[in-house]
Amino acid sequence: MTPEVLTLSNSPLLFTAAMLAKILVAFTVTILIVAYATWVERKVIGRMQTRMGPTMTGPKGLLQPIADGLKLFFKEDIIPAEAHTFAFILAPMMILAPAFISIAVIPFGGDIQYTYDGVTYLIPLQVTDLNIGILFILAMAGLGVYGIVLAGLASNSKYSLLGGIRSTAQMISYELAAGLSIVAIFMLSESLSLRDIVAAQQGPLWGLEALSFLPNWYVFTQPLAFGLFVISGMAEINRTPFDLPEAETELVSGFCTEYSSMKYALFFMAEYANMVTVSAIGATLFLGGWAGPFYSPINFLIKVFAAMFFMIWIRATFPRFRYDQLMTLGWKILLPLALANIVFTGVAVILWQ
Amino acid sequence: MEAILFYLTALVAVVAAFFVTKCRNPVNSALCLVTNFICLAVFYVMLEAPFMAAIQIMVYAGAIMVLIVFVIMLLNLGTAVKSRYTHGLAAGGVLSVLMLLVATVFLGKGSATATGGEVTSELIQSYGHTELIGRAMFTDFLLPFEIASILLLVAIIGAVVLSKRKV
Amino acid sequence: MLENYLPVMVLIGIAFAFAIGSVVMSRLIGQKKPSAVKLAPYECGMPLLSSVQERFSIKFYIVAMLFILFDIEAVFLYPWAIMFKRLGIFGFIEMGVFIVILLVGFIYVWKKGALEWEE
Repeated sequence: MTPEVLTLSNSPLLFTAAMLAKILVAFTVTILIVAYATWVERKVIGRMQTRMGPTMTGPKGLLQPIADGLKLFFKEDIIPAEAHTFAFILAPMMILAPAFISIAVIPFGGDIQYTYDGVTYLIPLQVTDLNIGILFILAMAGLGVYGIVLAGLASNSKYSLLGGIRSTAQMISYELAAGLSIVAIFMLSESLSLRDIVAAQQGPLWGLEALSFLPNWYVFTQPLAFGLFVISGMAEINRTPFDLPEAETELVSGFCTEYSSMKYALFFMAEYANMVTVSAIGATLFLGGWAGPFYSPINFLIKVFAAMFFMIWIRATFPRFRYDQLMTLGWKILLPLALANIVFTGVAVILWQ
Repeated sequence: MEAILFYLTALVAVVAAFFVTKCRNPVNSALCLVTNFICLAVFYVMLEAPFMAAIQIMVYAGAIMVLIVFVIMLLNLGTAVKSRYTHGLAAGGVLSVLMLLVATVFLGKGSATATGGEVTSELIQSYGHTELIGRAMFTDFLLPFEIASILLLVAIIGAVVLSKRKV
Repeated sequence: MLENYLPVMVLIGIAFAFAIGSVVMSRLIGQKKPSAVKLAPYECGMPLLSSVQERFSIKFYIVAMLFILFDIEAVFLYPWAIMFKRLGIFGFIEMGVFIVILLVGFIYVWKKGALEWEE
C-alpha cells in the first residue's frame, strides 16, 4: 500500500500533533542556532584576528550566549520620555517575528513515513508547504523593513531617525535585487513552492548522465543569480560589509540607539535569525535543500552552517561600504545584472527546448 | 470555524480603518493602516487567492507603507497634530450609510452570488493560483498587462521630474 | 487551502508570544530607576541641541518611490516566471516588451542622476 500524504482531513489528530512537533522543533533549533551563532561568530573572528574569543564562561566560553541573555534580562528597560511608547515597544517584535515566521515554508528534510492506525502516512519535514512559498518569505521580509522604520520613527532621536531612514533605503534597494535575482530560479523550477524547488534539484546536472558527478543544483545552473542573491541577501539583513545602519563611527548604533535591555536583545536576535533564514533560503534555492549524502535534516543543517560561516568570514575580511557606494552597487550593478540574467535564462531555455 | 475567523478579521479591519482616520498621531494612523492591510491579506487567503495575499503584504505593507512613513518623516509629522478636523464628517457619514444600504439591498436580492466563473476551488487547488493568474495575464489580458508597463514608465518619469530640482 | 495556513498562524502566535514574553520578563525583573537625564534622547552625552526637526534628503523619497515601481515590476515577473516554459517563445516576447519599456524608464532615471549619491 502506498503511503498517503498527511492532511487535516485524513487524520486530524496526527496532523495536529505532527504540526505542533514540527513547529516546536523548527523554532527551538532556530533559537539555539541564533544563540550559538553569536558564540561561533566571536570565536571565529577572534581566531581570524589571532585572539581567543570568549573563554571565561564555561568550557571554551560555551556558556557565553546564556550569560549574555541573562545579563540583558536584568538590565533596566528604558523607554525615552519623548518616544512614542507603543510603536517603540512594537518595533523590535515587528523585526524579530517575521524572521522566525519565514522558517515555516522552508523544507528542512525529506518526507518521513509514519504508520498510525494501520495507515502509513507521508509526513513532509516542513512546517507547511505553501504554493506561494518564496513570496511568503518576501512578504515577511517586507514586514521586517517596517519594524526598522518604526524603530527609527518611534525613538524620536536624531541617530535613530537617521539610522532608520538609511537602513530602510538600503533594505528596500536590496530587497528588489534579491527578489529579481531569484526570478531566474522560478523560470527553471516552474513553481514558487520550496518543496517543488528542492524536488527539481534532484538527479544529475541538467538530467545528463555524463554530468552525474555534479548534482542538479541551481548554483551550477545559475551561478550569476547565486552571486547576486548572496550579495543582496547579506545587504538585506545588514551584515558586514553592508552594516551601514549600525555604523558606530557615524550613527552610534543606528535605529537601535535608544533601545536597552531585552528590547535591544530582540534586535540582536533578529539579526542572527535573519542570518539563519537567509542561509536556509540560499541552501534551499541554490544548494539542493536537504539533498546530500547524510540523513536529510543533517545535510540541510550542514549547508546552513556553511553559509553562516561564510558570512562570518566575510565580516572578518571586508571593511564597511560607504553609503553612496552601497546605493550604486544596489541600483546600478545588481539590478541591471539581475534583469540581464532573467533575459539570458529565457533565451537559453528557449534555445534548449 | 471559517465564519468566526472571517468576522474576527473583519472586525479588526473595520476598527483599524476607523482609527486610521481617527488617530491624531500619524504614527498611530500608519500602524492602523498596516493592520488593515494585513487583515485584507487574511481575506485573500480565505478566498483562496494566496498570490494576492502575498502581493498585498509585499506591495502595500512593504513598499507603499514605507513611502508613507518616509513622507511622515520628511514632513516632520512625528509629533501629534493638535487641531481637530471635522470637515467632511457629515459627508462621510452620509456616504457610509448609503454604502451600507446599497450593500444590504444587493445582498438581499442574492443574485450576485448565483453565477460562478470557470475558475473553481478545485481548479485553484490542482493548478495553483499563481499559475492561473500567470496564464490569464499572458493570454487573455495581454494588452492591459503591456499598458501597465507604460503606466509604470509614466510613474517612474513622474517621480523623477517631481523630485529633482533641475531636470 | 486554509489548513496549509494553520501552521503559519500557530507560528505567528509562538513568535509574538516569545517576543512579548521576553520583553515583559525583562520589564518585571530588570531594575527601574528612571531619571529625567536618562530618559532624554541620546546625543553623545551632551545636552540636547535641538529636537528632531531634521530635514531629509529628497533622495530617500525617490528611492522609496522607485522601489515601489520596480517592486510592482517584480510582482509581474513571478507569475510569468513559473508559466514561462508553458507559455513558450510568445510569453518571452511579451515579457521582453514589458522589460524594455521599463528599462527605458530605468535609463531615464539613471541619466537624470536620480541614482547619484555623491554630490
